[in-house]
Amino acid sequence: MRAIYLRELGSYFSSMIAYITLGLLLAVLGLMMWVFPDFSVLSTPFASIDSLFALAPMIFIFLIPAFTMRSFAEERQAATLEILLTRPVSAWKIVLGKYFATLTWLLIALVPTILYVFSVYRLGSPVGNIDLGQIAASYFGLFMLGAVFCAIGLLTSAQTSNQIVAFVLAVFFCFIFFYGFYLISRLASFAGNLDSLIESLGIDFHYYSISRGVIDTRDLAYFICLIGLCITWTWASLSKRN
Amino acid sequence: MSIHVSHLSKVFGQQRAVDDISFEVAKGEILGFLGPNGAGKTTTMRMITGYLAPDDGEILVDNEAVREETTSIRAKIGYLPENNPLYLDMYVREYLRYVARIYKMQNPADRIEEVLALTGLLSESHKLISSLSKGYRQRVGLAQAILHDPEVLILDEATSGLDPNQLIEIRALIRELGKEKTILLSTHIMQEVQALCDRVVIINKGKIVADGNIPMLSQMLNKQHRVKVKFSEAINSNTLQEIKGYASHDQKDAHTFIIAGQETAINEAIFDFAVNKNLKILEMSSMEESVEHIFQQLTQPA
Repeated sequence: MRAIYLRELGSYFSSMIAYITLGLLLAVLGLMMWVFPDFSVLSTPFASIDSLFALAPMIFIFLIPAFTMRSFAEERQAATLEILLTRPVSAWKIVLGKYFATLTWLLIALVPTILYVFSVYRLGSPVGNIDLGQIAASYFGLFMLGAVFCAIGLLTSAQTSNQIVAFVLAVFFCFIFFYGFYLISRLASFAGNLDSLIESLGIDFHYYSISRGVIDTRDLAYFICLIGLCITWTWASLSKRN
Repeated sequence: MSIHVSHLSKVFGQQRAVDDISFEVAKGEILGFLGPNGAGKTTTMRMITGYLAPDDGEILVDNEAVREETTSIRAKIGYLPENNPLYLDMYVREYLRYVARIYKMQNPADRIEEVLALTGLLSESHKLISSLSKGYRQRVGLAQAILHDPEVLILDEATSGLDPNQLIEIRALIRELGKEKTILLSTHIMQEVQALCDRVVIINKGKIVADGNIPMLSQMLNKQHRVKVKFSEAINSNTLQEIKGYASHDQKDAHTFIIAGQETAINEAIFDFAVNKNLKILEMSSMEESVEHIFQQLTQPA
């Protein structure tokens, strides 16, 4: 598993993929949070970086599928998957090795945004007038959200040898899981009985629940189950080969 | 360390890609796996390496059954798949280090240098795999297959894309490896089988149509023995029928004939004939049936 993890990470960072995705994420976040007025931290009366946690999921919906689309699709296309699956590593370790490599990338992507927290911390009046506990919980929520998107990305990538198909499917499912359930729960026919149940199936419901600063085991269980489901399904589609 | 394949079958949809085949490869043997495209060679090899699960039958490598989930047996197998898939974004040495890590090798550095030297890759080892020519990529494929010193090698068209000089080198390497290891080698280059293999299994439409060494196979096909003879003087071809055991002949020029007859005694009969006719024999050589010929006879649709 270590070999696969290191190879994945190496190939992300020896090619442009990791740098482009990281650069794009930070450029868009930086512009939205500090330059353009609509979501700007500077134009809100409170010292908070809530706009980071509102914007980041939207960017992740596109960015993470772009990052994960190649993981299995490219190996299937180039037939290197065949050679990988005949090596003495179980399919579990292959999937987990790749998954942990994407999580590492996710962590690296989030680290520079701590600078924003520091900036807002300094800008507060008096300095440091900011709810750090709530921010820490929000970061945790954002990481879990990104982890689910990574798992969805790996899953769709394992279904096809076409990277574009993997990307489009991953964007679609990330969107459905993030926002789709909320939209469905708004339908008039669900009002009053099923709407809260349907809403609780969506990622956003649990994400915002964590963002409030309380890490509830139900939210945690939701994220872990969703990740487990995607990873197991990915494993199953690797194990089943005609 | 040997491979036993018994009653192996694999069905894709309506097509029986591999249909009840059985064969064995003994330790220290190079078995040539021959057949037209789509005959089921690659499918069989994929099943032996554990990539595909057979629908029926059993594969034993070193008396251990190959199944999809057994990873222990895979450490003993080196596999070079068809079309030689490689990570093009890696450097040669980096790739071999990665392979060594997967096999959890102790002290991989020395072994990597050894394999680089064996496969003639030392001069290219600092390059990106994507910048290598096809012949060198093929060597990288071979290098990753032998890196962990496996006892069984499965080589699917190992020498495709090599130029004649590289062919000779790589064949010599495979022959050298074949002294200690069990090698299953698929190819449709006939000379390769003649140059390398101890035994041949010919497969067509998923079934084994022949299994044996090359002289045995040619005997199986036509029980004739063919001799090329050059006489000192031109002779009337009709008189050749006086040769004891004569079956047929093929005239090359006025002096040279290929004479086919029953059994090996035809050589003596030709000699006697020449003495009787006061002819001198300038050249005489037995002709072995080429694998190409055998292959065509066995696999062409009737």
